[in-house]
Amino acid sequence: MIETLMTNQTMLLEGLGETLYMTFFSALFAYVLGLPLGILLVVTDKKGLRPMPVLNAVLGWVINIGRSIPFIILMVAIIPFTRAIVGKAIGPTAAIVPLVVAAAPFVARMVETSLKEIDPGVVEAARTMGATHWQIIYKVLLPESIPSLVRGGSITTITLIGYSAMAGAVGGRGLGDIAIRYGYHRYQYDMMIITIVLLVILVQVIQSLFSLTAKLIDKRGR
Amino acid sequence: MIQVENLSKVFRGGEEVTALRHINLKVEPGDIYGIIGKSGAGKSTLLRCISLLETPTEGRILVEGADISRLRGRELIEMRKKVGVIFQGYNLLMQRTVRDNVAFPLELARMPKARRWARVEELLEVVGLSDKARAYPSQLSGGQKQRVAIARALANHPSILLCDEPTSALDSFTTRSILELLTDINRKMGVTVIIITHEISVVKAICNKVAVINEGSFIEQGNTREVFAHPASEITRLLLGETGGSIQ
Repeated sequence: MIETLMTNQTMLLEGLGETLYMTFFSALFAYVLGLPLGILLVVTDKKGLRPMPVLNAVLGWVINIGRSIPFIILMVAIIPFTRAIVGKAIGPTAAIVPLVVAAAPFVARMVETSLKEIDPGVVEAARTMGATHWQIIYKVLLPESIPSLVRGGSITTITLIGYSAMAGAVGGRGLGDIAIRYGYHRYQYDMMIITIVLLVILVQVIQSLFSLTAKLIDKRGR
Repeated sequence: MIQVENLSKVFRGGEEVTALRHINLKVEPGDIYGIIGKSGAGKSTLLRCISLLETPTEGRILVEGADISRLRGRELIEMRKKVGVIFQGYNLLMQRTVRDNVAFPLELARMPKARRWARVEELLEVVGLSDKARAYPSQLSGGQKQRVAIARALANHPSILLCDEPTSALDSFTTRSILELLTDINRKMGVTVIIITHEISVVKAICNKVAVINEGSFIEQGNTREVFAHPASEITRLLLGETGGSIQ
């Protein structure tokens, strides 16, 4: 196994780099889309700052559809869309498109859950002080839920690592691609084990980093 | 002066619930006005109307003669800044320090930073928490949290301070110190105080006037001493009797 590790070092490192690249950028763009969507879900809720039942229902519906399509099918189904955006359907950069499409609705729900954890009394207090809806969003809802949002961020990121491994199956590259090509198609079980161990370590490190960050920034209960 | 005229609030949607019926209330400058009643009597709805979180179905709320109950948009936001509110659950921002909590309403009002910090210092002095400026709410006791909430409510120089069950989560010793602080603020800063409570001891301790609310209506109101010396209604006698009238 050590020998396999040594001879394939460059490829494994490259795969790790690609996995990180796909995960990082898809998480980033998923939040760029999902965070405002999550906020919109909370604001337009019937108990929200600005209840809009129709918009809220439509939004919830679209998000649920996005979340119910299995990633592997979504990835193949939106190939034309991916090609329109990045000009190709193969490689780590192309994989980011379906990863974002799959993760954005997921992020929206995570953000929604985090924001709804905030004591409604705090929002009410801000309203009595003359806060506008916009001020409530960026001075109360978001800052008060940051520890929870960070914890949600770890779940999103780790889910994306899993998805990116699947993206490997259709030419997305990364560690998942190595595991499938070498470990599965070529029966090189030691390669499969090495990639799995790498993925496990990656997930552990990411989880620890997020948990530690959440703990450090949370000012409750110390 | 704040005057509530013929205020009613009906909640629609499904079953119709009348939370307040024809409430009349006149609070003179300098009053500490107690509004007492059992839970579900309509106290909180009244407070939510006066603090402009709810629009009354009928009636008016006059501050210095102008009706504030139907303001909208910018005017509503500006008027809310002139009424301070404190709550039973304190409702502090848990991720902000004490001084940042007190600075919050000043931030909303876009007060320049230098003036903001000077005002925060002043307010923390008033509530006796200057040494806790950089602490977080989770590090404070209930009484200290309520003091922060009071400082925050006073930040924009309101002429009225509304208190929603301000001491109901506190022990009797802490309750006394918070009530003393409210009396102090009333006397020294000339802030009119309205206290919503279910505790007769609170009314007895600091309110010069009282209104007894039951099932959405005021059943008795006037000077505390007179009302409590000659209670005209069963509910008032019940409220008085429950504590034996011994708490000062």
